Amino acid sequence: MKKVYANAAEALDGLLHDGMFIAAGGFGLCGIPELLLDAIKDAGTQDLTFASNNAGVDDFGIGILLQTKQVKKMISSYVGENAEFMRQYLSGELELEFNPQGTLAERMRAGGAGIPGFYTKTGVGTVIADGKEHKDFNGETYVLEEGIFADLAIVKAWKADDTGNLVFRKTARNFNVPAATCGKICVAEVEEIVPRGSLDPDSIHLPGIYVNRIVQGSHEKRIEQRTTRKKEDA
Amino acid sequence: MPWDRNQMAARAADELEDGMYVNLGIGIPTLVANYVGDKDITLQSENGMLGMGPFPFEGDEDPDLINAGKQTITELSRTAYFDSATSFAMIRGGKIAAAILGAMEVDEKGDLANWMIPGKLVKGMGGAMDLVAGVGRVIVVMDHTNKHGDSKVLTECTLPLTGKGVVDRIITNLGVLDVVEGGLKIVELADGVSEDEMRAATEAKIVN
Repeated sequence: MKKVYANAAEALDGLLHDGMFIAAGGFGLCGIPELLLDAIKDAGTQDLTFASNNAGVDDFGIGILLQTKQVKKMISSYVGENAEFMRQYLSGELELEFNPQGTLAERMRAGGAGIPGFYTKTGVGTVIADGKEHKDFNGETYVLEEGIFADLAIVKAWKADDTGNLVFRKTARNFNVPAATCGKICVAEVEEIVPRGSLDPDSIHLPGIYVNRIVQGSHEKRIEQRTTRKKEDA
Repeated sequence: MPWDRNQMAARAADELEDGMYVNLGIGIPTLVANYVGDKDITLQSENGMLGMGPFPFEGDEDPDLINAGKQTITELSRTAYFDSATSFAMIRGGKIAAAILGAMEVDEKGDLANWMIPGKLVKGMGGAMDLVAGVGRVIVVMDHTNKHGDSKVLTECTLPLTGKGVVDRIITNLGVLDVVEGGLKIVELADGVSEDEMRAATEAKIVN
């Protein structure tokens, strides 16, 4: 089956519908599926729910879909860098569900692994656990969290082969792996599609079984907080 | 003289032992890395990295290599990368020996509040709730009082909690306190700080 598509719009063709639930990879602006987010903006799909650790910044990442008011709800752990997000949230235009970061990652991983719920200590005794089922194991209290089953997963990897095997680079792997697994369909954008056989089978980060469509493109890869030291400090 | 930021960070670094895997929060906790000396400490960054190195030299920044504060960083010869689910599996699974975190409030039962002030802009808890619930030892580093002079070491936290009964040790500009049965125990006073000054600045119950 052909998985490689010519551009992001074609890679999403037939997959988008109003009111859908999308899981997106990335941490801050690192490893975000920027080409696919642009294509969703162009497609004009409305009332989207995103499970994504962050919401981008005003003009990059999921932020571009907030500007066009295409997002109905965010499931995130940290949204601090986005003024338009705050404006829409405080005015009631945008729903927000905070998940602890590890709970969000595990909800995606669990959904992708066919596990509808799991118990965790994270958040017990805080507002996050309000209204959720609690259960004691070995004298400690845990809270039930549910797996995420998204309509679509969009992720960004470094390299792919044409069967969808993915390799990520450094900390750009982050949420891309769990997000990819929890979508009914996963579309991956990559910096490079390499010939079959040129990725080391022992070093595949995400096997192609999880990836339905692939698109290659050039990425801006914006840096959110440029921090450096001077050579003389070394 | 109470401790300054760097002295608090240096005192927190004394908590770390050779061979530990440690997660450092943003602010004063980040400075702790400067004081580990010859100890073999591996720093975890919860966005998916063990073996976090210093900031890159100008021109060497890599957009694919950031820490949990989204700052550009570098890798070391020991570095390993992994995805977010794996990262929090090692946190929740108790593999990280200690987390050193900042706080808005801590109380005598070890409750911690550091993510939300109702009525103010809410940014989110990030990985803080997972860290305090999962790591072996939670060490809070913060000023003993807020800018109005009110104690941040309370009988009971007033802000929404990050974790309940999670704090093991509190390091402030006035000294070191442990969370024990029935309250807090003074472990150490900063140079020139008297026990009376520590008690006066602490709302929480201090036990012997």
